[in-house]
Amino acid sequence: MQEIEIRNLSKQFDVKGHVVDALRGISLSIEKGDIFGIIGMSGAGKSTLVRSINFLEKPTDGQVFVGGVDLASLSGRELRKKRSEIGMIFQSFNLLEQKNVLDNVCFPLELAGIKKKEARKKAKELLETVNIADKEKAYPSQLSGGQKQRVAIARALATNPKILLCDEATSALDPQTTESILRLLKEINEKLDLTIVVITHQMSVVTQICKKVAIIEAGSVVEEGLVEDIFAAPKSDAARELILEKKVRYTPVEALHAHRRIRIVFNENSSEEPVIANLILKYRVPVNILKADTKNVGGKARGEMILGLPEGEKLQEDMIESLRKSGLTVTEVRENV
Amino acid sequence: MFDAKVTEMILVGIRDTLYMTVFSAFFGYVVGLPFGILLFITRKDGLRPNRIIYAVGDFICNIIRSVPFLILLILLIPFTRAVVGKSYGSTATIVPLVICAAPYIARVVESSLNEVDPGVIEMAKSMGASTRQIIFKVLLVEARVSLFTGATITTGILLGYSAMSGTVGGGGLGDIAVRYGYYRWQTDIMIITVALLIVIFQIIQNVGTRFSIHLDHRKR
Repeated sequence: MQEIEIRNLSKQFDVKGHVVDALRGISLSIEKGDIFGIIGMSGAGKSTLVRSINFLEKPTDGQVFVGGVDLASLSGRELRKKRSEIGMIFQSFNLLEQKNVLDNVCFPLELAGIKKKEARKKAKELLETVNIADKEKAYPSQLSGGQKQRVAIARALATNPKILLCDEATSALDPQTTESILRLLKEINEKLDLTIVVITHQMSVVTQICKKVAIIEAGSVVEEGLVEDIFAAPKSDAARELILEKKVRYTPVEALHAHRRIRIVFNENSSEEPVIANLILKYRVPVNILKADTKNVGGKARGEMILGLPEGEKLQEDMIESLRKSGLTVTEVRENV
Repeated sequence: MFDAKVTEMILVGIRDTLYMTVFSAFFGYVVGLPFGILLFITRKDGLRPNRIIYAVGDFICNIIRSVPFLILLILLIPFTRAVVGKSYGSTATIVPLVICAAPYIARVVESSLNEVDPGVIEMAKSMGASTRQIIFKVLLVEARVSLFTGATITTGILLGYSAMSGTVGGGGLGDIAVRYGYYRWQTDIMIITVALLIVIFQIIQNVGTRFSIHLDHRKR
């Protein structure tokens, strides 16, 4: 069943007399229980998109259905009720600074008019779930970033939402903390059968927890599908840039331009075979390994490598052919690595 | 140093000054706090933008604030008489003090609310909070330290203004300073009243500062 259905969504902003298209005709459907990634560079429109799912941003055109209900058809009161069924966490955590951890988690329950005693009981359970029960009396200023995000997650879950929206929820955290927060999200996704929408600019976040991903560029979806498929064979430039993490350069740029470059992706089977060593032995010429990395894509180990091939077109074609025969996905790399 | 009569007069003066300050601050907030919240939520990027309400509120605020208090005091005499039945004495002074303080308080409140992180307001909205809930459960709670600091400053100013009303028979320490110190050249009484005003001001400021530190959970 489709939990979230976005149809032909457009959003225009009026910035000092100019019309800016933040979203252009976006259509997406997100199934119940999915962890769906929406990835794009900053300014691509992903924050606007996620805010359309709970109507914090009202679209200029198009429709948003949540649990089969068209959000535009709801009255103010009904919309607020619907929003309480959609949890949201943020990059800057947005905890109430003057309330302690327990009262922060009670906040949405207080909004819903639930009795204080009952709210506290529920909040304590949630703090157990996110593993931060020992901090219930602490104030946000006494917590680390990771702890703050745990509290925010507990708070977002307080009203038993069916959907959790994560707006760059790990972007302000260090890699280890990011990992533990992502693990927690995955855990609650499985335990509560929660649909999670993850907005991020980091491919590593998507590969770690998402099943499906949509890549957004300049307000449009440029590529969409299973994370493992897109990771193995990205079709759009935006996807390639995000996967290659263009900004990370370990080799001098001149060296990278000297050769014909290819990107190969290993799957489970091909990881066993010493493909590169065999290639070199077979053709008796060196290949230049420009980048190599292993990523966890949906729980499976995926290796990627960028090779600089030696001179000679015939030789290059033969090498590519031989790699393909070993069951690897080979793509040309033209942009900077 | 002074005879019993003068001492008693000064004690009554202290009582009247405190009475005017406290009540004008209280009623000033009764009017100014909702006014400030109204300005905050109706402005362009506020919770309920409304250009007309904001423009009118903004205009009223600026007009009253640009009239010097002493002149406002005189201008408002007919109004004061209509409200409390007479135009002199401590109770009568509270009327112009409130009218002078309310727009000032509205601005102080508006600027305190501006300090609340917009992200927190967005969070509350995302959880389905109504505008009313955002005002009472988010804005006033998160801005409380700044609001209280603003209230301390406002009370200090009202103490000074209450003394000013002494020139038109307002009662309190200011009244004594004007009548005895200025018209009768009794410098000693003048000095005593000024010293007392300084002491009262210090007490207000210190209590206010300590209390706002106590209220604030952002540090440590």
